[in-house]
Amino acid sequence: MVAAVADAHRREWAFVLAATVRVTGDINLGEECVQDAYARALSAWASAGVPANPGAWLTTVARRRALDLKRRDATARRAAPLLLDDDPTPGPDDQVGDRPDIDDDRLRLVFTCCHPALSPDARVALTLRLLCGLTTGEVARAFLVTESTMAARISRAKKKITTARIPYRVPDLAELPARVGAVLDVVHLLFTTGHSAPIGDDLVRRDLVERALDLTRMLRTLLPGDADVAGLLALILLTDARRDTRTDDDGRLLLLAEQDRARWDHAAIIEGVALVREALRRRPPGRFALMAAIAAVHDQAPHYTDTDWNEIVALYDLLVQLWPSPVVALNRAAALGLAHGPSAGLAALDALAEEPQLAGYAYLPAARADFLSRLGRTDQARLAYAEALLLTENTVERDFLTDRLAQLDR
Amino acid sequence: MSQYLVLIYEDETAWANATEAEAGKILAEHGEFGERNRSSLSGGNALQPTSASTTIRRDSSGGFSVTDAPFAETKEALGGYYLIEANDLDEAIEVAKQVPAPFGGVEVHPIRTFD
Repeated sequence: MVAAVADAHRREWAFVLAATVRVTGDINLGEECVQDAYARALSAWASAGVPANPGAWLTTVARRRALDLKRRDATARRAAPLLLDDDPTPGPDDQVGDRPDIDDDRLRLVFTCCHPALSPDARVALTLRLLCGLTTGEVARAFLVTESTMAARISRAKKKITTARIPYRVPDLAELPARVGAVLDVVHLLFTTGHSAPIGDDLVRRDLVERALDLTRMLRTLLPGDADVAGLLALILLTDARRDTRTDDDGRLLLLAEQDRARWDHAAIIEGVALVREALRRRPPGRFALMAAIAAVHDQAPHYTDTDWNEIVALYDLLVQLWPSPVVALNRAAALGLAHGPSAGLAALDALAEEPQLAGYAYLPAARADFLSRLGRTDQARLAYAEALLLTENTVERDFLTDRLAQLDR
Repeated sequence: MSQYLVLIYEDETAWANATEAEAGKILAEHGEFGERNRSSLSGGNALQPTSASTTIRRDSSGGFSVTDAPFAETKEALGGYYLIEANDLDEAIEVAKQVPAPFGGVEVHPIRTFD
């Protein structure tokens, strides 16, 4: 039973909360009612069985509770909680309604959580808290801050939603592309944080990756015609398809060249490639679609030596134009070295040496070290690996760099 | 309906260096903005430069310190405001986007109400 409720928590939280907030008009009260509904589900489902439509059951219970609470004065509610003990749990014969306004309600919640008037940190925190149903403690752990810091951040954001009157609705058509972009940025940040954890003993934070995938699938259902949503879903699927082979049994980082491609998730690759094709149909293509296309080139090469590096460089050329970020330029330089040889790659990397945004970024010296060692410039490669080691706090990445450094001396 | 104060922050030197024709054009744009958004506007004014402003604080001995300065020295200074009415922040932002502020930008600040 606990498993059924946990499953409904994971699958239905956003739906139930979004539908309940429409009744309460207030996020905090909505959350309270939804938590109450899940608590009731534990006992009700144990005695009467899991309902056919858990999301609708939970929504009905949460909404009834909300209507109930709304009828009473807030202060009376706190002063005499025992008076409220009438049971809003539907019995087996109760009609549990279908899903009215399902799409709109969840989208409303998405656009409220990711409103540009909220700070980027707050958007990510609210998304995990309100759309994924994580506790404040879980959100705090995901971003390596204390629970009290995260609690303050979330409450400040909720307060701004109320005092500035950030609306609970889907933006106008004219605003929609920019606002969808803001939502996708939040989800993409969740994914990259999970996919390559900046600090800690694990390379991947599976929980965050799964949440990002769930959210993107939800957005895909809600905005089926949006090429950027298709592009991000493709990117996540095609990158995450390699999840099982990115480290070996001892947790050591494995390069693309070393990974066992038979163990890649081929169903995810097929789904991702179809989505890339769809996303690339829009002109000009979006950022996520191009990144996904690059991932698709890797995923579709039967062996590492079959990788079409020229195609990858061409895709990076498009991406740099569309998204002129130093990190993209760095990836392009690394691909260039694999397409045209280590000297070309090194020259492209050295052109980025002065980029302030890359100053603390371990991948730049790590990529330089690799090209330098291929060119036989071992002393310089050693220095570059040492520099990279100073810049990463992820244990798996540190072990990898230490290994490479040791191999130089063999 | 809620009220929002749209604060116009601009670089004062840029204003000072603007030609008469440039300044006239910007003022005309403010006029057009006011016409276009007549139904949302409850008020608004342009301010004199911060060199004309005076800051008053209570000092520790119970008196006042009066100084020739704006409250905060910033590159972009408060140069004017509009008071607008809107249903929610998105509507307020839509109006604020139309406020001419070629030498800076605007801040949308909700008005607090006490019940």
